[in-house]
Amino acid sequence: MAETATAEPTRRDFLFIATGAVGAVGVAAVAWPFIAQMNPDAATVAAGAPVEVDLTPIAEGQIVKLFWRGKLIFVRHRTAEEIKEAEDVNVASLPDPEADSARVKEGHAQWLVVYGNCTHLGCVPLGNAGAYDGWLCPCHGSVFDTSGRIRQGPAPTNLPIPPYAFVDDTKIQIG
Amino acid sequence: MSGHSTYVPKSAVAKWFESRLPLVGLVHSSFVAYPTPRNLNYFWTFGAILSFMLVAQIVTGIVLVMHYTPHATLAFSSIEHIMRDVNYGWLLRYLHANGASMFFIAVYIHIFRGLYYGSYKAPREILWILGVIIFLLMMATAFMGYVLPWGQMSFWGATVITNLFSALPIVGEPIVTWLWGGYSVDNPTLNRFFSLHYLLPFMIVGVVALHIWALHVVGQNNPAGLDVKNLKKDTVPFTPYATIKDFFAVICFFVFFAWFVFYIPNYLGHADNYIEANPAVTPAHIVPEWYFLPFYAILRAIPDKLAGVIAMFAAIAVLAFLPWLDTSRVRSATYRPLYKQLFWVFVLCCIGLGYLGAKPPEGGYVIASRVLTAYYFLHFIVILPILGLIEKPRAMPGSIAEDVLRKHGGAPVGLASGASAEPNSKG
Amino acid sequence: MKKTTLLIAGFLAAAVVAAVPASAAEQVKPPRESWSFAGPFGTFDRAQLQRGFKVYREVCASCHGLSRVAFRNLSEPGGPEFTEGQVKALAAEYQIQDGPNDSGDMFERPGRPADHFPSPFPNENAARAANGGAYPPDFSLLAKARTYERGFPLFIVDAIPFFEYAEHGVDYIHALLTGYREAPAGTNLQPGQYWNEYMPGHAIAMPPPLSDGQVEYPKDEAGNPVVPETIDQYSRDVSAFMMWAAEPHLEARKAMGFKVIIFLIVFAALLYFTKKKIWARAHAEEAHG
Repeated sequence: MAETATAEPTRRDFLFIATGAVGAVGVAAVAWPFIAQMNPDAATVAAGAPVEVDLTPIAEGQIVKLFWRGKLIFVRHRTAEEIKEAEDVNVASLPDPEADSARVKEGHAQWLVVYGNCTHLGCVPLGNAGAYDGWLCPCHGSVFDTSGRIRQGPAPTNLPIPPYAFVDDTKIQIG
Repeated sequence: MSGHSTYVPKSAVAKWFESRLPLVGLVHSSFVAYPTPRNLNYFWTFGAILSFMLVAQIVTGIVLVMHYTPHATLAFSSIEHIMRDVNYGWLLRYLHANGASMFFIAVYIHIFRGLYYGSYKAPREILWILGVIIFLLMMATAFMGYVLPWGQMSFWGATVITNLFSALPIVGEPIVTWLWGGYSVDNPTLNRFFSLHYLLPFMIVGVVALHIWALHVVGQNNPAGLDVKNLKKDTVPFTPYATIKDFFAVICFFVFFAWFVFYIPNYLGHADNYIEANPAVTPAHIVPEWYFLPFYAILRAIPDKLAGVIAMFAAIAVLAFLPWLDTSRVRSATYRPLYKQLFWVFVLCCIGLGYLGAKPPEGGYVIASRVLTAYYFLHFIVILPILGLIEKPRAMPGSIAEDVLRKHGGAPVGLASGASAEPNSKG
Repeated sequence: MKKTTLLIAGFLAAAVVAAVPASAAEQVKPPRESWSFAGPFGTFDRAQLQRGFKVYREVCASCHGLSRVAFRNLSEPGGPEFTEGQVKALAAEYQIQDGPNDSGDMFERPGRPADHFPSPFPNENAARAANGGAYPPDFSLLAKARTYERGFPLFIVDAIPFFEYAEHGVDYIHALLTGYREAPAGTNLQPGQYWNEYMPGHAIAMPPPLSDGQVEYPKDEAGNPVVPETIDQYSRDVSAFMMWAAEPHLEARKAMGFKVIIFLIVFAALLYFTKKKIWARAHAEEAHG
């Protein structure tokens, strides 16, 4: 065996490396379906299509809960007082500075649409509660104002706004 | 599993670890340094193939459970949900369903290899009996798994097989009711079968560990059926020699497996199982999965209900007594001219029983099943004990090393009991 | 001894062979058709699936459900591949039960692509009541839920690469749809039953569903239908559609299978040479003793 020591090993090494590489590719390819199967399935993705919401039955001052893609959404019909409260705030003083006008659609300031899970650890805040008349999270005491912005407590950011648009004055499409 | 390790931990950390838990040494002695006979043929790769299939079944099974619903009203729909909507769900389900069949193909080859080369003989009796236990656990697991899709064959297969126990006198009926958790196969039955179908594979893993342990204590049998005499001349270390050969065989087996999964995924299944379970309608032919067919034929061959059930279980149980039923001192059929022929007759008998198990129990089929059933038991209980006494074995090579040289066309080697040496019939 | 063994083997084989003619009345075997989706490289013919869907909708859907298929499936790759717009419009033509609404009532709304096809009957009992006791089966899985016996040795050939056969179900469905004949003299048919060559037992409760010219097919530039508007063609098209409904990932499965098998063969070849290289050492030892 010693006499072939110079020529042989290179060819042999190449063969071993090629086999090992192909094997590694195979393992990765096999792993993929096992990973992908845990992603949302086709039915779940399809069920996440946009939904339309009729706003007419929602009275002033009322908060309606609904689901889109399994996530809770608050639709709040704000009173004039609540709108004023939200607008009359020094934006710069907020933990997560954002103007109220940036959180509603133009010309529809009475309608606030936000995701309904606290940005701290996902609990559902209670409506019309807390020092700022918005929401109060019962889990760790985060307080949100009438624009859904964080004012006190551990939550790092404002309640996010889901993608939505007004189809007409009394109807929105979420998604 | 011990005694062959040449593993010496090199680094300080490895030394520290090894002195507290000699895990690496154990793996090294079992799967690296472990001496394997040089003359093993490719029938010896089925142990590795079976290990791979067991892992594949467990992995695909765990993933399928993430999407399956074990409830009588939802199970069938959840399978269709897997087939249609889950990402790669069709692939995972076809892998699992066909994987069961592949598992049995491999295990039958493994068992018949053991029968041919006398792998059950001393000192491998415990190893063999552990194998029979694995086989039984596999059958239970496969049966309960087939119930889970809750199709027509699932439902009626479960009904028929659980009703077997009603053959027992007095306790039969209460036992069946207990198995069902009701007065017919229904949701409670599905739920417990699901639970057990998840549990049993892990028990198989446990018995497989014992099986491998027993194997590594006594060492592998080999095509010549000879004991290892000289470690250096008769054996090679498991790694890399056996590992690379096993790996090659596993991938070849996967080509076969892939053909079924991707091109004829329903070939081994039953069309009726794509109809949701309906307690009011029985399919025209109730047929178990192919791997149960020989035993199903034995069950139906016997006109008495209880005797049929006993015969079916006896057909498997008799395997456990094989080490003592076979009286020959020679292991390998290569050197047993009569047994070699009768082995193939027995294989044909099993295939014939499988064919008859798929046929309706009427007329000539029943008579043929009886003849073959009788022969099946005759083979174990009469032929094997007598054969060992009257058969004159052929001359065997003196050692495994000699056997290897013979096969590789080396120079003629002096044979151990040279008198009536037939010239190399194995070619 | 060899003779004795052969004798035993022959006896056992004779027992099995003697058993075979005993088997009673068998189903008439459907002729084997050629389908675009058969074979290792088979794919569905989109136009055929679209026509098949039209036949289903206009002829079959009044009695047969398609409950496991969602509208969205019609636009997914590997199927009829209608455009998303077409599917949206199609779904909206169906009324889907939803609810409960705020007052607790169920209500009907236009369908969305994510909805499944509504079934023509609320449950099996209603279906039987409306069809003289017979239950028109749901179409979603029928092409896989029907088959016929090929018998020995053909069933073995069916598993062999390049001879493989997995279209038993569609062949049966096509044969059945085109298999209505005058009942042979002396046949005893119950009222409401029809004689069909391929139905096991020949008595079928479904009246002949198709007739020539029944469904309008797309026309070419000269104004002639692209394929004949005949029972045979309708039957082929709707059978193909049913195969897709039962196995919507058939194309993806076969395409992936080709890649997987090529990969495995290459890998096996590499392993084979690696194995030979490694074992050369052991063989060298043997040669030198």
